Amino acid sequence: MGKKVYALNKAEVEAKRKAKEERRKEREKINAPKQTPRTIESTREPDDTWVDPEDDEVKEDESLDLLSDYFARKREPKVLITTADNPHTKTIKFCRELKQSLETAEFRWRNRMPVKQMVKAASKRNFSHIIIINEDHRKPNGLLLIHLPKGPTCFFRLSSVKFCEQIKNRAKITKHKPEVIMNNFNTRIGHTVGRVLTSLFHFDPEFHGRRVVTFHNQRDYIFFRHHRYQFKNGQKVALQEIGPRFTLRLKWVQAGTFDTKYGEYEWVLKRHEMETSRRRFFL
Amino acid sequence: MQHDDVIWNTLRAGTCSYKVKTTTQDFCKNDYNVYGLCTRSNCPLSNSNYATVREEEGVCYLYVKTIERAAFPAKMWEKIKLPKDYQEALAEIDRQLIYWPFHVKDRCKKRLTKITQYLIRMRKMATRRQKKLITMPRKIERRERRREVKALLAAKLDNAIERELLERLKQGTYGDMYKFPETAFDKAIQDEDGESEVETEEPSTSKESAKEKKVQFVAAEDFDESDSSDMEDYSDNDSSDMDETESEDEEEVALERLKKSRPRVVIEYEKPKIVATKKN
Repeated sequence: MGKKVYALNKAEVEAKRKAKEERRKEREKINAPKQTPRTIESTREPDDTWVDPEDDEVKEDESLDLLSDYFARKREPKVLITTADNPHTKTIKFCRELKQSLETAEFRWRNRMPVKQMVKAASKRNFSHIIIINEDHRKPNGLLLIHLPKGPTCFFRLSSVKFCEQIKNRAKITKHKPEVIMNNFNTRIGHTVGRVLTSLFHFDPEFHGRRVVTFHNQRDYIFFRHHRYQFKNGQKVALQEIGPRFTLRLKWVQAGTFDTKYGEYEWVLKRHEMETSRRRFFL
Repeated sequence: MQHDDVIWNTLRAGTCSYKVKTTTQDFCKNDYNVYGLCTRSNCPLSNSNYATVREEEGVCYLYVKTIERAAFPAKMWEKIKLPKDYQEALAEIDRQLIYWPFHVKDRCKKRLTKITQYLIRMRKMATRRQKKLITMPRKIERRERRREVKALLAAKLDNAIERELLERLKQGTYGDMYKFPETAFDKAIQDEDGESEVETEEPSTSKESAKEKKVQFVAAEDFDESDSSDMEDYSDNDSSDMDETESEDEEEVALERLKKSRPRVVIEYEKPKIVATKKN
């Protein structure tokens, strides 16, 4: 019985292979253009909120929103990094490494301070962002990013944290202001999140430091990488990782500062309503 | 008829539904038990005169039971509301239980203390921020992890970063910091016009003319036949040369390799030509 099935399959496979070969030859004959492979990215469901950054309307919106001060180069970033209550080794270490790569950041102990109180105190001291690292099972698992003084607030799931020392062949960190690369933040919400993440870094990068920080969005996962680069010639770059690495996934965005009870949610990831297709992405 | 001793002896034998037996102590689940212990003096069933304190929605009541009402189960307990103030409540217990034995009054007061304390604690906790516990469904977590891995593979991060950096270089973000020979720029621009998909492979394709001859020159058959020492040489040189395109070193290595190789290789004539082409 099993043999019979196998024989059938084998014939089928062979037939398919031949058909494929023929098709290829035909295409070659008429010099047809090379087909693009069907990937999840290329077959992504179109989203109504895709944003063209060159559009005038978008530019005007950007010039009026809460982050416009930074992009108009008026307000330098100053970041406060803290943890959830009672942090453990890995979370603290992560905060310290994050602080290193952010350059303008400051790490403070939480001391059981409520977030709302912290928001007030930090805005008074002219901080531009608060980052709070949440932990579960003694590992960092969430990242809350609040832009001060009036929001927006983003909450990310944090995963795949790799500390500097776990990275092989890593480069030493220097105190230069890094460049930022934001890849694939296309929709309106993606654009907002991208702008908030960009504003964590100084708007005048020191190019001779050759540090580059990347937020790469792929299928709603935002990959953070930190490299030192070197142009070998006009067409080749060498990269050496500095670390740390981690991955973010957006869970919700609030228009104002942190207020989970009465605050207005701009966007929330709802699994049952929104995650209906594998080819639909929101960032 | 009320016979306390008869009731207690029956209950002690093991038929009490409120009794919870443990290895060290026996406890009582009856709501009216003042201490929560299963003893003769604490048993609310086998004591016809009994008093206890209970809390209902933040208000304390003194419950008193006497032998006179034993025949009327519906009216068995006298329920007295205690004042909110702790001191006043203690005085009220004293007043209500004035001729009762000391241990009854004492136990009621101790229970009142305990209740007051936990009420204070509850109020404090309600005003403080509370942690919200959320579920982490294992299946969803697993799916997210899996998708993350796939997204990472699809991202080809290093390529994306390199492409972006080169883009910036071309746009002149870095100003005068980098000066490369003009030809390199031209090539980069040409590649951009054509197919710029894979920059990593480009350096190899750009030097095609040199490479064709180089392939002959390395002599694959020769390499196959060569012994292990040659292999080592080859790998050593290879690792030092592969990433950097320093042509002069390569030539030296090639010369060495030629010398070592067997005499039947007669390609020495071509060598000077190669040097000439390569230096371009």
